[in-house]
Amino acid sequence: MSRVPLPYTQKVLDLFRNPKNLGKMEDATVTAVAGNPACGDMISFYLKINDQEIIEKASFESYGCAANIATASVVTEMVKGLSLESAWKDVTWKKVTEEVGGLPSVKFHCGVLAVGAVKRAIRKYYEQKGSAPSWLPQELTFEEKQALEEEELAKTLSKRLKVAEEK
Amino acid sequence: MVENVKALLKAHAGIAREVYLDNENSTIVPKDVVDAMLPYYSQRAYGNPTLTHKPGWEAFETIMESSQKISKFLGAKILEEINFTPGETEANNLALMGAAFTNKHKGKKIVISEIEPINVLHVTDLLQKFGFTTTKIPVDREGFLNLEKLKEAVDKETVLASIATVNNEIGTIQPVKEALDIVKDKNPETLFHTDASDAYGRIPLNVQDLKVDLATVSSYKILGPRGIGALYIKEGVNVDKILEGQIGTQKLWPGVENTPLIVGFTKASELAFEDFEANVNHMRKLRDKLVDGVFEKLSDVKLNGPKGDKRVPDNANISFLRCEGEALTIELSLKGVYVSSGSACSRRLLQPSHVLVAIGRKFSEAHGSILMKTTRYHTEEDITYFLEVIPSAVERIRGIVGSTGID
Repeated sequence: MSRVPLPYTQKVLDLFRNPKNLGKMEDATVTAVAGNPACGDMISFYLKINDQEIIEKASFESYGCAANIATASVVTEMVKGLSLESAWKDVTWKKVTEEVGGLPSVKFHCGVLAVGAVKRAIRKYYEQKGSAPSWLPQELTFEEKQALEEEELAKTLSKRLKVAEEK
Repeated sequence: MVENVKALLKAHAGIAREVYLDNENSTIVPKDVVDAMLPYYSQRAYGNPTLTHKPGWEAFETIMESSQKISKFLGAKILEEINFTPGETEANNLALMGAAFTNKHKGKKIVISEIEPINVLHVTDLLQKFGFTTTKIPVDREGFLNLEKLKEAVDKETVLASIATVNNEIGTIQPVKEALDIVKDKNPETLFHTDASDAYGRIPLNVQDLKVDLATVSSYKILGPRGIGALYIKEGVNVDKILEGQIGTQKLWPGVENTPLIVGFTKASELAFEDFEANVNHMRKLRDKLVDGVFEKLSDVKLNGPKGDKRVPDNANISFLRCEGEALTIELSLKGVYVSSGSACSRRLLQPSHVLVAIGRKFSEAHGSILMKTTRYHTEEDITYFLEVIPSAVERIRGIVGSTGID
């Protein structure tokens, strides 16, 4: 157990103070969640997708640190106006990290989680529709796998906690 | 990276008032303490206390008088029982490693609680590599040690037990005397160590009454300078040094003695004990105002640790539900209020405070926890300002959380 310094960039601080596209979207076409409150790191994404499969609106809620809030905010800005295909292909955690001026390495996973949540939302959209385009890979992407891994860790932690409680 | 920090600091420009409550992790060093230390850098006692000249003898005199004073405050029998170390971490390392290695012929089992400070947990992990095994005794929902389990855990092989007098995160005052009696009853040879860093200067503490073999105290936990602490070792208890180097007046810690820090630690102790009752009552009054104020102004909050006289008077540890702790510390910082969180949103595996987990707090409760400690230097106005700022800060972070993150 150790602590690391967290010299966030001005951009992270600005987005923490004034996040863009914050809040639940009542008329969302699709919503997706990534992370787990047990990890202290969780994002909900809301996308409004039109008939041409363009993301008209995106919003988020975040149970997480400043990096989590800032990266989620950036992702909502990035995907707005994009087709689902280019949102899937062009929004990477590296781009998100660059957009916030860089992150302490221990916070990279926040950007990964934000992108993982968007990818989940897109996948869910096509699942709901019942047909998937050819560009959508069957196999999970890096970001989706990472989100899953974090959730698995959270489950393990919670189980350990329950076992401890029963003792 | 430092450029980033400069920008962060710039964002704090124009703060009207500052209230520092993160006294768990570092503190101000009051002017009286600094003033007491300054002459020892260049005017007197700057020599090596083992050498044969005036500045050396001055240093010797200063260190011995400091040991004498601290031995009195701790209720030790003789000044030789006080061993200065560079801090609480080092004193705990010396206590555990020193006692374990020196007495390993008596057994290789160690008993600690689940909520010992991080440095104790880490040292016992290290000792595993040397064949020692550690049993961690569980605590109840307020952090009190399970004495039955303690009794079960101690046997003829138990070389050492280490139980902090007061938990540093949730302020639980342990029944150390009862715990010691249980341990010694099962095995009179078992050495008993207590980290008393969070008790020293806050609750009545007397190592002879407690009958502990070893006790750790720390300077910065009583508003002294960082980088100095002490390990009390009862006369006759066998503990060898754990570092090699030139030994001087401090038989268990090699290197040249840091006389100015020892003077600062002693001065801080004097200030804490000079008006002990008044100091403690002041801390308690402000802590109660803080906690009561939070409960009055905000819903979905939980106090971590016990209430009443089983809680150390300076400690406030509150979980703000539906609120992530690190985010809240930043939000408060921008308003001039400085606190720390039991959230550990800084690693891939985000484990929150082991203490909060041990008392059965949910992870989301631990992630939303804030630790604060009052001191004799805080004023009513400081706490009033904190209470003005906290509702809007919590509500803003809860606004970001929205409907997510509820388990």
